[in-house]
Amino acid sequence: MSKKRKREMAAWLFILPDFAGVVVFYLIPFADVVRRSFIKAAGNGFAGLGNYKQVVTNEAFKLAVFNTLRFVLVCLPLLLGLSLGIASLLQKQKAGREIFKSAYLAPLAIPAASIVLLWQLLFDSHGMINGILSFFHINTMGKDWMNTNAAFGVLVFSYIWKNLGYDVVLWMAGLSGISKNIYEAAAVDGAGEWKCFIYITLPNIRQAAFTIVIISFLNSFKVFREAYLVAGSYPHESIYLMQHIFNNWFSSLSVDKMAAGSVLLCIVVTVFVLFLQHSWEE
Amino acid sequence: MKQAARILILALFAIVAASPVIFLLAGTFTGSSEITGNISAVLAKEDGYARWNFIPQYPTMQNIVELLLDAPEFFQMFWNSIKIVLFTIAGQLLFGMAAAWGMACYNFRGKKYIYMLYIIMMMMPFQVTMLSEYLVLDKLKLLDTSAAVILPGIFSTFPVFIMYRFFCGIPESIIEAAKIDGASEIQIFLRIGIPLGSSGIISAVVLSFLECWNMIEQPVTFLESKNLWPLSLFLPEVNENNAGFSLCASFAALLPAVFVFLAGQDYLEQGISASASKE
Repeated sequence: MSKKRKREMAAWLFILPDFAGVVVFYLIPFADVVRRSFIKAAGNGFAGLGNYKQVVTNEAFKLAVFNTLRFVLVCLPLLLGLSLGIASLLQKQKAGREIFKSAYLAPLAIPAASIVLLWQLLFDSHGMINGILSFFHINTMGKDWMNTNAAFGVLVFSYIWKNLGYDVVLWMAGLSGISKNIYEAAAVDGAGEWKCFIYITLPNIRQAAFTIVIISFLNSFKVFREAYLVAGSYPHESIYLMQHIFNNWFSSLSVDKMAAGSVLLCIVVTVFVLFLQHSWEE
Repeated sequence: MKQAARILILALFAIVAASPVIFLLAGTFTGSSEITGNISAVLAKEDGYARWNFIPQYPTMQNIVELLLDAPEFFQMFWNSIKIVLFTIAGQLLFGMAAAWGMACYNFRGKKYIYMLYIIMMMMPFQVTMLSEYLVLDKLKLLDTSAAVILPGIFSTFPVFIMYRFFCGIPESIIEAAKIDGASEIQIFLRIGIPLGSSGIISAVVLSFLECWNMIEQPVTFLESKNLWPLSLFLPEVNENNAGFSLCASFAALLPAVFVFLAGQDYLEQGISASASKE
């Protein structure tokens, strides 16, 4: 056996046990879902694209897609901008930096279940938010935040609150990679802080931005936990997300719709990741 | 002036981010009657608004005692959580760590595709694979056992990705030197890879712990028996009599996560940043 072959063998011995698990628990089952997406729910006949058609024309599905898209499009820029701003401020702040970081990261450790009660007390029609607003003589007319269009805003807030620290740390890692000399040279040439930010910082963190966008996108799916625990399986229609419809199909055993929906979602996520990767690597 | 403004902005966000912890902490030491008085507006839909005393007027240990002595189902769930987390992380260390090393340290045909596959698996939201996982667990007769949550957790590809990033950072010259000294592949992994990659391994463990401790979807989907449910599903049914107790339970549920978080914060940060650094 050549030396190269031997090293390849060693690599596979390390990888194989884990890879086997991935195949058994994720890959084979996923292949099965792809198969089922083409099969009729009753009677095992070949359905062609029938299931997909059924899913795409489903009203609840359309609503969920719309809400999820809206959520991602509102949240991602907001979170990325805010966390980048805080990271650049924190980069300059030496005293107490660790304490600030701990505070920003704290929400990561708080289980969704512990938050539910707090959200109820805050956003109920007799909750503290309305209490504070009425203190300032703003008439809320007993608004129950989770049962109006404001539920969307609450969800956006939950997501930003939960992920801010994570993204701040990510940005700071990217920022610390930029050499200080560049900034000093620019300062000598008379560039102000804004100019430095736009012409030095932004171009230099493009690489980090790729992963940060991906991770934030990924985490945006996790906001479902809060939505589900606070509002249950059928929340206000402004926060009826993809995950809700999947869950509800799952409980009603609509395997055909669920399979087709999974494949569609998988395609969208993969395309999004590849697109980002491509646009950043050029 | 500029610095004051900066600190002000940073502090404002810090307070908003950390206040839920303080909120729950305060509730833990507040007696039931005081809490009920404060939040009855929400519970009983009475007039007025909920209030909160961040410093209890009459601090008490009553809730904690009640939780420790009088809440068997809470403990059941607590131990379920511990069990799930420990087995999952142990499995990730056994399988995932080796896989990360194999991918980071060797070149072989198809490596690019396997890596890509792991990344895509990592990106998939749970709902995409939910149905397929359910079917396979059903076939393996694992549904409604703790293994239904533990096994898929073990083969989650996220920790592999984190550890991979750290293993890649080990200088090749060290590995080459060990080879010249006649170390076997296993020895290199155990004596060089694990010690030098230890911060990455701990990062992955911290991130996995937080993920696992907080999981909702997997147990709800795969565990039917409530006596198998982890603490993350302990949803206190709040009524006028038990509000303080519920808050105390919520707080107790977040303690282990906060502890791991504080103990591993440096590693957590390293782990988070590792996922952002360039290959």
